[in-house]
Amino acid sequence: MSEAIEPVGDKARLDTPPSVLREFWHYFSENRGAVIGLTIFLLLVAAAIAAPLLAPYSPTGQFRDALLKPPIWQEGADPRFLLGTDAVGRDILSRLIYGARFSLFIGTVVVILALVTGVILGLVAGYFGGWLDTGIMRVMDVILAFPSLLLALVLVAILGPGLMNAMIAIALVLQPHFVRLTRAAVMSERGRDYVTAARVAGAGRLRLMFVTILPNCLAPLIVQATLSFSTAILDAAALGFLGMGAQPPTPEWGTMLAEAREFILRAWWVVTFPGLMILITVLAINLTGDGLRDALDPKLKRS
Amino acid sequence: MLSFFLRRLLLLIPTFIGVSIVSFAFIRLLPGDPIMLMAGERGMSAERYLELQHQFGYDRPLVVQYLDYLWGVLQGDLGQSIVTKRPVLQEFFTLFPATLELSLCAITIAVAIGVPAGVLAAVKRGSFLDQAIMGTALVGYSMPIFWWGLLLIILFSGVLGWTPVSGRISLMFFFPPVTGFMLIDSLLSGQAGAFRSALSHLVLPSIVLATIPLAVIARQTRSAMLEVLSEDYVRTARAKGLPSRRVVGLHALRNALIPVITTIGLQVGVLLAGAILTETIFSWPGIGKWMVDSVFRRDYPVIQGGLLIIAGIIMLVNLLVDVLYGLVNPRIRHAR
Repeated sequence: MSEAIEPVGDKARLDTPPSVLREFWHYFSENRGAVIGLTIFLLLVAAAIAAPLLAPYSPTGQFRDALLKPPIWQEGADPRFLLGTDAVGRDILSRLIYGARFSLFIGTVVVILALVTGVILGLVAGYFGGWLDTGIMRVMDVILAFPSLLLALVLVAILGPGLMNAMIAIALVLQPHFVRLTRAAVMSERGRDYVTAARVAGAGRLRLMFVTILPNCLAPLIVQATLSFSTAILDAAALGFLGMGAQPPTPEWGTMLAEAREFILRAWWVVTFPGLMILITVLAINLTGDGLRDALDPKLKRS
Repeated sequence: MLSFFLRRLLLLIPTFIGVSIVSFAFIRLLPGDPIMLMAGERGMSAERYLELQHQFGYDRPLVVQYLDYLWGVLQGDLGQSIVTKRPVLQEFFTLFPATLELSLCAITIAVAIGVPAGVLAAVKRGSFLDQAIMGTALVGYSMPIFWWGLLLIILFSGVLGWTPVSGRISLMFFFPPVTGFMLIDSLLSGQAGAFRSALSHLVLPSIVLATIPLAVIARQTRSAMLEVLSEDYVRTARAKGLPSRRVVGLHALRNALIPVITTIGLQVGVLLAGAILTETIFSWPGIGKWMVDSVFRRDYPVIQGGLLIIAGIIMLVNLLVDVLYGLVNPRIRHAR
């Protein structure tokens, strides 16, 4: 008996499917845009980490002898400043490089805040149901009834302008999406056999929620997290632009744009570069997000 | 159908109450003392403070204050602005047409370009055209629109000098508002050049506001079309020998548009959020700029009332979209 089975077992071992990570990379790398997006994103991360090494000058150092100097390829440029200087003589390139730190930091913190609170609320709502579910979802409906930027703006006005408060406000307005996704996923998983099996085996509520069910709801959450990452960067920059986010002289890209507004018709470079950085960053993340969705979402995965 | 509509309407009530509680709570959470601000008196004595507190009703329990506020809201009384002393609702109605005109122009641009672009991308799936359209849409979707607006100003107002930088119409023209829509009013006024001026003021803000909805609609149209194009009835239509134009334009597009309608409806929130930035950049005197200004002036009643009205508009439009969805797709209506 056992002799007959063993070869089959050997064969099965040879044919074991590739690891999850390798399978994921196989699908992800099929999407050329996603690979480009991820590359740009990793370069930005590297630039943010190595900012003190890369940036030629301090982001807040002012060169009083070089105000509003154009980029190097334009007439009247100062060769010391590759992308020119702003109205108080700060090197724009250095500010842009340091700005990457802020944007990536904002994205990370906001997504973690929104994801953790959203997943917990969604798990509770989906797992327990009843009045708890109704209550949580009604509150989420209320948050979603406001335009997110307006709600964030008013929240920041209440909490006081600043980067930290802007991040809290943005996390709060993004969180309902995570709650809804988690709840929907939990409700469809809750009745499955493997959950019942775990329950019969004596798994506690917390174990059922976080260890048994949650890992099977991860794919849409990861995609949503990527999308929220770019939304967070955009909204934080918008709040900075409105004067409610990071405060000057912080080299945050949106705040830089707000400072540059009055020079818009005189010095195009102070307006163009910070916005371009926002666009490139958000675009890279969205490209990556599209690739993640294709690779992770089983419904869209080619059979 | 009516019961479907009424059920949806009933579902809105708890959300609306929640929205009113949130906007009511905000005014009490904002830093600064609203009584000091509203009174605008220096060196106020303690007695005077208590008197004003009583006059504004701030000495009553919060629940009573809230119910009183809600009662006022239901009768159309949203309080009055601290700065202008005018009723909030009246201010809203003066400014809303500007935002409505801008939003309607933007959504028209978005639908007029987004739907055909999405259809084209779906029909030519995988081609260079498809990739170009979807690439452009992703750029539009990722666009920081406040920067996009500044870029357009640099190019069209600065370098080319084609369009004005801000406002709704040149100061040379004045006429009483009839409809509140500058395009229509300028025509009605009969003044030469007024319409041109209004139009040139409207172009850039509309493009800026249209950018994100346009990208979203194009992406949504493409994926809806792709789904529909692979269905049996489309194959049948093709097998019958119908010309491709007819299959795509009539058979497929009709069904593909159902989810697209929902997407278009959901853009109202996007438009109102976008109006905050667009109107600020172009000094467009609409409700987006009104809200930003009020936040900076700490004009609490306006913030409170504005939040409530804007959330109300979004909820109502979402309801209408739901109903419309039920109308065009009977499966939804009967399933619930």
